[in-house]
Amino acid sequence: MTEVEENAVDRRAELQSRLGMYNRMVEIRQVEERVQALFNENLVRGSTHLCSGQEAVSVGLASVARVTDRVTCTYRGHGMALSLGVTPAQVIGEIVGRQIGCTGGLGGSMHLCDVSVGLYPTFAIVGAGLPVAAGVALAARLRDTDDVAFAVFGDGAANIGAFHETLNLAGIWELPVVFVCENNLYGEYTRIDLSTPVDDLSDRAASYGIPGEVVDGQNVDEVIGAVSGAVRRARAGKGATLLEMKTYRYSGHSRSDPATYRPPGELEQWQSRDPIQILGDRLVEDGLAGHDELTCIAEQVAERVELAVDRVMSSPEPALEEMFRHVSATQLMTDDRT
Amino acid sequence: MDNNSTQKLRMRQAVLEALGDELESDPSVFLMGEDIADAGGAFKATEGLLQRFGPKRVLDTPISEMAFLGAGVGAATMGLRPVVEMMFIEFIGVALDQLVTEAAKFRYLSRGQLEVPLTVRASAGAGLGFGCQHSQMLDNWFRNTPGLKVVVPSGPRTAYGLLRAAIRDPDPVIVLEPRSLYGARETVQRGEAGILPLGVAEIVTEGSDVTIVALGQMVAVAVEAAEAADWTAEIIDLRTLVPWDDETVMASVERTGRLVIVEESPYSGGWGSDIVGEVAAQLFGQLQAPPLRVTAPDAPVPFSGNLESVYLPSADYVRTQVGELLESGRRPLPWWERGVVLR
Repeated sequence: MTEVEENAVDRRAELQSRLGMYNRMVEIRQVEERVQALFNENLVRGSTHLCSGQEAVSVGLASVARVTDRVTCTYRGHGMALSLGVTPAQVIGEIVGRQIGCTGGLGGSMHLCDVSVGLYPTFAIVGAGLPVAAGVALAARLRDTDDVAFAVFGDGAANIGAFHETLNLAGIWELPVVFVCENNLYGEYTRIDLSTPVDDLSDRAASYGIPGEVVDGQNVDEVIGAVSGAVRRARAGKGATLLEMKTYRYSGHSRSDPATYRPPGELEQWQSRDPIQILGDRLVEDGLAGHDELTCIAEQVAERVELAVDRVMSSPEPALEEMFRHVSATQLMTDDRT
Repeated sequence: MDNNSTQKLRMRQAVLEALGDELESDPSVFLMGEDIADAGGAFKATEGLLQRFGPKRVLDTPISEMAFLGAGVGAATMGLRPVVEMMFIEFIGVALDQLVTEAAKFRYLSRGQLEVPLTVRASAGAGLGFGCQHSQMLDNWFRNTPGLKVVVPSGPRTAYGLLRAAIRDPDPVIVLEPRSLYGARETVQRGEAGILPLGVAEIVTEGSDVTIVALGQMVAVAVEAAEAADWTAEIIDLRTLVPWDDETVMASVERTGRLVIVEESPYSGGWGSDIVGEVAAQLFGQLQAPPLRVTAPDAPVPFSGNLESVYLPSADYVRTQVGELLESGRRPLPWWERGVVLR
């Protein structure tokens, strides 16, 4: 395995500064753009689900979570992986299917993972991460630790059974889990008002006896405030919270989706509340950075991302025996069979 | 402290003792399921465990199979050893994703960073008049998922030994307990000595004319069939369906030259086909008769007792089919292709 230039845990710590958060949000945006370009060059197999526009949610969450907390996240998870600390080379490497990838090229775009910073293999089945997060939270309760589980899912998952069953379970057992719904207005190709009869998904928390809250998912400070509150509750043994992050994905559902179903002007309207711009303006306003500095950050990130792409391209594809490794504890290798 | 006694137990008691002994010996083991705590389980296989081990070890759940099976998966990734009960195996249909697509993939997708030492145990199978939505084995649903082990005990002794091994296994294991055997009695060796390794079949009877491979409640059916027969069989209790013990099966068929499989599930897509395929490929030329599968027909499990007793392979039916195979050297047709009902 090629050496990894940066350590995921150290990268996570960078989110403790506001410039660090800005830096990470820019990195996520640029990685997604680079992934799209790699697609166009036919270097990526299968599909991928970009999260441009939603960066404040993952960065805000990751800045609050401890590395011993656990996160189950959807297949739109490149941003969450980068936020939690997985390096650009590990993320891009996984998407391209190389050994340097965070799961060695065995998972792909939808299955990013690094448990050292709490990231479970991202879930390609809508809603499937919620019960697992509840189980992680249950383990924390049974063992009397104050670790928290985060279940990150989209608005589409709010209509699947796992959402309702798990919120109910978390309600009766007062599990230390934070349900983070990234409501980006579309479940695959379908607008939320065509699939869901309530305006605010957070209303559904009331059915399960837990607090629900609408959060401006474009503003990282709002995200941090809401997640911090939910985490405090969870660590104090007061149970679960449902946070609905109102946000937007700039791209279609997946690479084959041009998102022609969106009404004209909607994308531009959301882009006018771009999460990176909002944080950048705030940094300037607070005197933490000048415009030049922000431009400089973007340039530095671009260099880092290009370096990561270079490293990915020089990383080998996974070896044949990796197909059998980690299927079971007792490894089934072809040469073990007579 | 391990109880190393030898006791005559009913199978539901053997399950109860296995759970109790594992709860006792490993503090990371806990149980979850519908009505398993206060009520002691629909089949009384967890009776008294709440009182013995308390509410942090024995948890009643809502009727939310996806949530509590998935919670078992999540808790297992944290190093606990959850034993999740599905009251009837059919109930896993609404939660299958968590076992097949999540639990069985986590070790692989995390490159070994996560383990899922989860045990799912369920009552399964026909024979008690529960009708077609509460009588299936569904064993064949689970055997095409690398990363998942499948275990089927054939009575109290194997129920005890295999369940304890399943709980200790570092990977997800599903244990299908033949519901009709909960009342069956047998001498059970408790303690470490009673634990039976997964993936190892057991030769139940010695014989020379034919090898009979059976699983679950069909093991006793095969034994009964052979007892009153004019042929002798080496009867193998497969015990673990995934991974199945091909060494024991191959060695036996090499000795006898004939293979019969007795399966409780419908004919099409049954696990016996895999064994027939392997035996035919590995021992081609050594077989003295075509391999024979004795199974249930491709029909839902009927409710009425007269039909259900025909649906399940009976000892008489197995004896007749094996007898015809040995006599004619050809595969006898199953009863549903003959236009007559054999009892």
